Amino acid sequence: MSTRAPLITRRVAVSAAARRATIAAWLLLTPALIAYISFVIWPLILGVQYSFYDWNGIGPSTWVGFENYLTVVTDPTLLASIANAFILVAFFTVIPVGVGLMLASLIRTMKAGPFTTISQTILFLPQIIPLAAAGIAWSWMYAQTGAINQFLSAIGLGGITRSWLAGYDTALPAVGLIGSWVLTGLCTVLLLTGISKIDGSLYEAIRLDGAGWWREFFTITLPGLRQEIAVLITLTVIAALSSFDIIYTSTQGGPGRATLVPGISIFRIGFTQSDVGLASAFGIVLMVLVLAVVLPIQRLSRTSDR
Amino acid sequence: MINNKSEVILGRLLLVIALVITLVPLASMLSAALQPADQNPTGFVWPSDPQWINFVTAFEVGNVFRLMQSSALIVLGVVPISIIIATMAGYALGGLRMKGGRFILIFFVLGLTIPFEALIIPLYYQAQSMGTLNTQLAIVFPLIGLFMPFSVFWMRAHFVNVPPELSEAARVDGATTWQEFVRIQLPLAVPATSALAILLFLWTWNQFLLPVVLVADPLNRTVAGALTFFQGQYSLSIPLLNAGALLIITPAIIVFLIFQRQFVRALLQGAVKG
Repeated sequence: MSTRAPLITRRVAVSAAARRATIAAWLLLTPALIAYISFVIWPLILGVQYSFYDWNGIGPSTWVGFENYLTVVTDPTLLASIANAFILVAFFTVIPVGVGLMLASLIRTMKAGPFTTISQTILFLPQIIPLAAAGIAWSWMYAQTGAINQFLSAIGLGGITRSWLAGYDTALPAVGLIGSWVLTGLCTVLLLTGISKIDGSLYEAIRLDGAGWWREFFTITLPGLRQEIAVLITLTVIAALSSFDIIYTSTQGGPGRATLVPGISIFRIGFTQSDVGLASAFGIVLMVLVLAVVLPIQRLSRTSDR
Repeated sequence: MINNKSEVILGRLLLVIALVITLVPLASMLSAALQPADQNPTGFVWPSDPQWINFVTAFEVGNVFRLMQSSALIVLGVVPISIIIATMAGYALGGLRMKGGRFILIFFVLGLTIPFEALIIPLYYQAQSMGTLNTQLAIVFPLIGLFMPFSVFWMRAHFVNVPPELSEAARVDGATTWQEFVRIQLPLAVPATSALAILLFLWTWNQFLLPVVLVADPLNRTVAGALTFFQGQYSLSIPLLNAGALLIITPAIIVFLIFQRQFVRALLQGAVKG
């Protein structure tokens, strides 16, 4: 009896405390939930609603069912912009992660010192400046009298100089390389940080085993950096599929539809052509596309962790 | 440590090449900015007679001072509120370990993958009906919401790692949840919140899509959003356009150089956690 009473009161006290903590937690959560629901979830619901209507933004709207979605998956211009976004993945993801991996595995250990600090600072600069400014800087690099053509002439390739952003065949790769420029530094620094955490004795062991650079890369470096690589692929794929700033300030999607991407299409359809329903439908499709590409990457990195 | 000499040299060489490629576009901007404003610049050279006056002209023609004011206003509207409410929510999810917290966390995390472009059309009509269109508030409100998934996730990650003994000790001392949060948890969260502040400052300052769509007058935008206005304003002068763009990116670079170590750490952690 004498031992039970305090136990019960303690249990009551604990559950009262737990209830108080739950109430407190909900109170603390409320402002963040309000902000998130008001300006992300609610617009998302609105966007879904708009996507089923034909609406010019001012006049009356008509229900059209899935017609807007049908347009997104059949209209050649819109399909071209989706295709362009996937081509950009090669430049936003493959090049930066590839170069980053190469640099990280070659350098592997960098002693802390002025050179390391300065390298890190410089490699991060493209992350600091607005993407729109990167677009402006590179428009000038790619211009007829810009640095790229100057360099090509200097190494004897004067014959291929041109206005890179104005050519139908060259504009998309040129814009893509701006993305490579922006993201390579981030990938390199992140991968270098990751590789420095891999146990150095693993490398010594495999070298003593007589393994070459390639075997070392595939048996130690790549598995050791799995998580960093998954993170970087996720980040850069999202950046590629939802690119807007760089293209807006460099080519505006042109020439023709050579560099048209979903972001620019949504902007044009929604605000220039005032087809709010179609633009909203394309927005939803873009979101689903990003999810469809990004979710499997998460699963891969997680299952391989266990 | 066994590391091939040739590999080290090759690695260093590639690194130096990467550094040069990173710097050239910025240097080429400077080179263009210093050439005579009334001519097309002639390539990437150090001009014999550098026209530093171009920066003054660009500053005046581009209304750069007003733009910076507008940007600062937007940053002040977004960053403190985001941090306060995200810290509260992060503590609720990470520190108090509430029932159903997992689902709320997933609810927030799902927002991480929504591209801003997918929401921009409804955000425009939402701002229109709220009457904030064409004001800085049209940028501030949505940005707070759009940054919430990352911010809450970030702060939760901090609070989850605070040892529970701390709050137990506080409770034994009779502290309420609120007292414990303010007196014990908040001071410990300063490094996490300041890193978050750096990231949110940068993302707000460089935000482009929202200002371009939601605010017609470039002078009420963020500086990054005003770059399109520069393109119109200086369409006849590449040197002035580059001078203006350089002026606009300088504050962020200065802040970066001052808080460099924190910046790099925040960006790296931000990448990993995000």
